[in-house]
Amino acid sequence: MQDWLSPAEWEAVRLSLRVALWATLFSLPFGLAVAYALARWRFPGREVLNVVVHLPLIMPPVVTGYLLLLAFGIKGPIGGFLDSTLGFTFAFRWTGAALAAGVMAFPFMVRAVRLSIEAVDPKLEQAAATLGASGAWVFLTVTLPLILPGILAGTVLTFAKGMGEFGATITFVSNIPGQTQTIPLAIDLLLETPGGEARAARLAGLSILMAAAALAFSEWMARRVAARVGGR
Amino acid sequence: MLEVRLSHTLGALSLDVAFEAPKGITVLFGRSGSGKTTIVNAVAGLLRPGTGRIAIGERVLCDTAQRLHLPPHRRRLGYIFQEGRLFPHLSVRQNLRYGQWFAPKSARPADMDRVVEMLGIGDLLARRPGALSGGEKQRVAIGRALLSAPRAILADEPLASLDEARKAEILPYLERLRDEVDIPILYVSHSASEVARLATTVVALDAGRVVAQGRAEEVLGDPAITPLGAREAGAVLAARVVRHHEDGLSELNAGGAALWLPRVDRAEGAELRVRIAAHDVIVARGRPEGLSALNVLPGVVQAVREGAGPGAIVAVDTQAGRVLARITRRAATALALAPGAEVHVVVKAVSVAQADVGAAG
Repeated sequence: MQDWLSPAEWEAVRLSLRVALWATLFSLPFGLAVAYALARWRFPGREVLNVVVHLPLIMPPVVTGYLLLLAFGIKGPIGGFLDSTLGFTFAFRWTGAALAAGVMAFPFMVRAVRLSIEAVDPKLEQAAATLGASGAWVFLTVTLPLILPGILAGTVLTFAKGMGEFGATITFVSNIPGQTQTIPLAIDLLLETPGGEARAARLAGLSILMAAAALAFSEWMARRVAARVGGR
Repeated sequence: MLEVRLSHTLGALSLDVAFEAPKGITVLFGRSGSGKTTIVNAVAGLLRPGTGRIAIGERVLCDTAQRLHLPPHRRRLGYIFQEGRLFPHLSVRQNLRYGQWFAPKSARPADMDRVVEMLGIGDLLARRPGALSGGEKQRVAIGRALLSAPRAILADEPLASLDEARKAEILPYLERLRDEVDIPILYVSHSASEVARLATTVVALDAGRVVAQGRAEEVLGDPAITPLGAREAGAVLAARVVRHHEDGLSELNAGGAALWLPRVDRAEGAELRVRIAAHDVIVARGRPEGLSALNVLPGVVQAVREGAGPGAIVAVDTQAGRVLARITRRAATALALAPGAEVHVVVKAVSVAQADVGAAG
């Protein structure tokens, strides 16, 4: 098995998993908050927020990566501040790859969660309030259990997107083995290396396998959760 | 005692009401659009009234003069919604316990076993709401509201989405609720027969105004409220079952007068309330002879109310109580019916349906 992929390629697989995991973990709370705000609240700037969240889905990934570089690069306002105060760097590090993956996957998280929140009947939440539940308890005991399928779908989509993100990542943090070279970046490099096609095909097969497994897992979980909250 | 005073404008409706709901069921009665649900939502805190004050005993829930508006979760009111609104992801047992979680320790919640027994939902506890019939859902919803240790119960047409058979299934449970629970129950309805069976007190509404309020027997016998549903008008008589006879009839005693009805499904000695629909009552000037109707009661005309159409409602005070009759204006003129006139009212026994006979409350 060890021979099937070279150590450098295993490194790319491990790195992809790590990047996708952190991207998902950080997207989840923010995605939940933004989705809830967009689904339930009317506030000034709501449309602007909606557009900003969806921009990475529509803009060329290169542009997103460039904007990340401007903001979070070592000379950027946010990146420079984090580097000088906390010693935390995004530029040319796996943390930067995770940030790029998280930003690119964010619209998927928000859309999935928002749709499930909009499907929850506010009358059920009213009923919970008349039974004595404050806003936070209503969310925890009624809204959250009912939107679990949506959260699950959003999480899996975000993870899969995080595994496969290419354009923004390579623009923002370049293609550095062991730091920012995730599976798609490794495939890209192999394709440009003479005689690398076979190894590229193996990595491609592996990413197809992982994507299919993630999808099957999410379908299975979604069915279980839907059966549980569907009231049967 | 629940005290409500409200002014509120919502779309075309301008609401301006004041009433009190004592222990027992107070029915807010009126056509759709008369403001019933708006009032209940304001009491529940789901809607902030323009001006007004809502209090239960010493506890003020809302007072716009003091800029006081308790949020719904701090009012401790059990709200029974028209469509049940059970939590689909929780079992029946968890639904029933939901409100207990949030009730203060000092409030002694109703005993779970007793409520489950009273509503006959013991076999449903492990199920999910999705596996319940409409009637079962509503019984669970009643139990859930009751078990939250509420200061008062609100019910917004809890039977409206059910068919007749399911309504008949739930009405006895609501009667038990009225008779066994020691808090005010505010109940919205536009069904005259529901009002007749359940109401202790009636607040009749029309276009956002209270047109009559008081004890059920008094308000339902008041011709002034018949415009709210002349076809459904009818008075309520308190009666006691005397005997069940072999020919399928039950003999009742209403204020000393005998009343014959088709077999009533109650034990001898049971106290009942019987709704006599106004369109089933005939008014005669002299004592009618050779008539097939069994129930002929002498009485005195108390009021005559003529509507815009050809009909009129006549209220007659009899020994059994006040009876309403729906007749034509032409007949009212021909018989010279006016307050004080001595008449006989005739009620055909078979016209009183089982749904119009309920437990006394």
